[in-house]
Amino acid sequence: MKPIVHLRAAVALLGRFPALAGIDLDVVRGEIVLLRGPNGAGKTTVLRACAGLVPVVRGEATVLGHDLRRDAAVVRRRVGLLGHESALFDELPVVGNVTFWGRACRASSADIASALDLVGLSGRLRDVPVGRLSAGQRRRTALACLLARRPELWLLDEPHAGLDNDARDLLDGLVRQAVDQGATVIMSSHELDRAEALADRVVALEAGVTAAQRAERPAPEPTPEPSAPAPEVSHVA
Amino acid sequence: MWRDASLVAGRDLRIEARSRVTVHQVGPFALLVLVLFAFALDPARQILERATPGLYWITVLFSALLAIARSAALDEAAGVRDAVRLSALDPAGVFAGKALAVAAELLVLEALLAVGVIILYGAEPAGVGLLVATCLAATAAIASTGTLYGALVSGLRVRETLLPLLLLPVLAPVLIGATRAFEAALGGAPADGWPWCGLLAVFAILYSVAGALAYGTLLEGS
Repeated sequence: MKPIVHLRAAVALLGRFPALAGIDLDVVRGEIVLLRGPNGAGKTTVLRACAGLVPVVRGEATVLGHDLRRDAAVVRRRVGLLGHESALFDELPVVGNVTFWGRACRASSADIASALDLVGLSGRLRDVPVGRLSAGQRRRTALACLLARRPELWLLDEPHAGLDNDARDLLDGLVRQAVDQGATVIMSSHELDRAEALADRVVALEAGVTAAQRAERPAPEPTPEPSAPAPEVSHVA
Repeated sequence: MWRDASLVAGRDLRIEARSRVTVHQVGPFALLVLVLFAFALDPARQILERATPGLYWITVLFSALLAIARSAALDEAAGVRDAVRLSALDPAGVFAGKALAVAAELLVLEALLAVGVIILYGAEPAGVGLLVATCLAATAAIASTGTLYGALVSGLRVRETLLPLLLLPVLAPVLIGATRAFEAALGGAPADGWPWCGLLAVFAILYSVAGALAYGTLLEGS
């Protein structure tokens, strides 16, 4: 099956630092892939690169059949990113935020209402300003914004962070439901037990490449110590 | 584009209506500046009356800086810029929406200040057609230029201080044109004011087009 995410020797820079150092990654439709690795391994950058937010400067990068270097704008409209930052307006109520972002992504009123319903925010919380919500409720609101746009590729960065157990169960259920309906999911998480139970495949990352690539790469040549200059030998007649 | 503009303008105005920054901060600031000018120039009443158009537009410009900075700050909230890039919003529509929201706030402010100069400075409205046209053209010029420069400094640590430094010199022609047009209207010679009003309209069109074209690039670059 042709992968819908195809990264081959992909390099992405954050400033001058290569956050992705030639990574290879293929994800097929309907898969749930978990990215794991220590802080700074490149998990968030992989997700942002797949969303077309971080430019891939070298290598191959194709998402949903589009070359990220040429058609990033097309890709962006078809993916949904749930990142660390929620992009919510504190002054607007939950429904105002979800409606704005839903309409901005051409979602129908039915999709917006359904998204609020699915995350359990269609009741009394619907009209509460987001600034007055708890961190978990804000996360649910951000999830509703993602659901309203019905993305083909879900990119979830630490999706379980800040959620209580009920909300985590809800999120896992929504992910499985989306996959059943044809979506594909790439996520990163430090909640490994829960995330590994949800994922079909786990990809370990290290220093901007997969751990498998890292193991295959020859260790860098040790830099020779600068040798001390040979002592001059003086010959005395 | 206009659908997106209306969506973004509606969002900004709803946020403004709920936070009431214009009502509670920008409006009182503008009135305070008018009052301070009146205190400073009151002994020379003739000077105050002659300087009314200039003082009015200087007050509008200073107050506009607050409204523009506030408008730019809305899109600086965590993750908003990325979310806009991931959405289907047309960058030109986002620019137009933000400029329209700022313009709506400025028009309310200008109406309030007009009442202020009538009461405090004893100005007598004349040439109402020219006054209204000047307000509309100058407001469009200030809002479009301000929205463009707000996006330009967005993401910089020194944006609060950099915005007025960059924007005020660029808006100097608007200050001059609007002041001259008001002087002509209040002086009973509106025919002299229409060319200035035309200059303001040209300025507004130029910056609206430039903003609509450049906003996408600025969004990507910030």
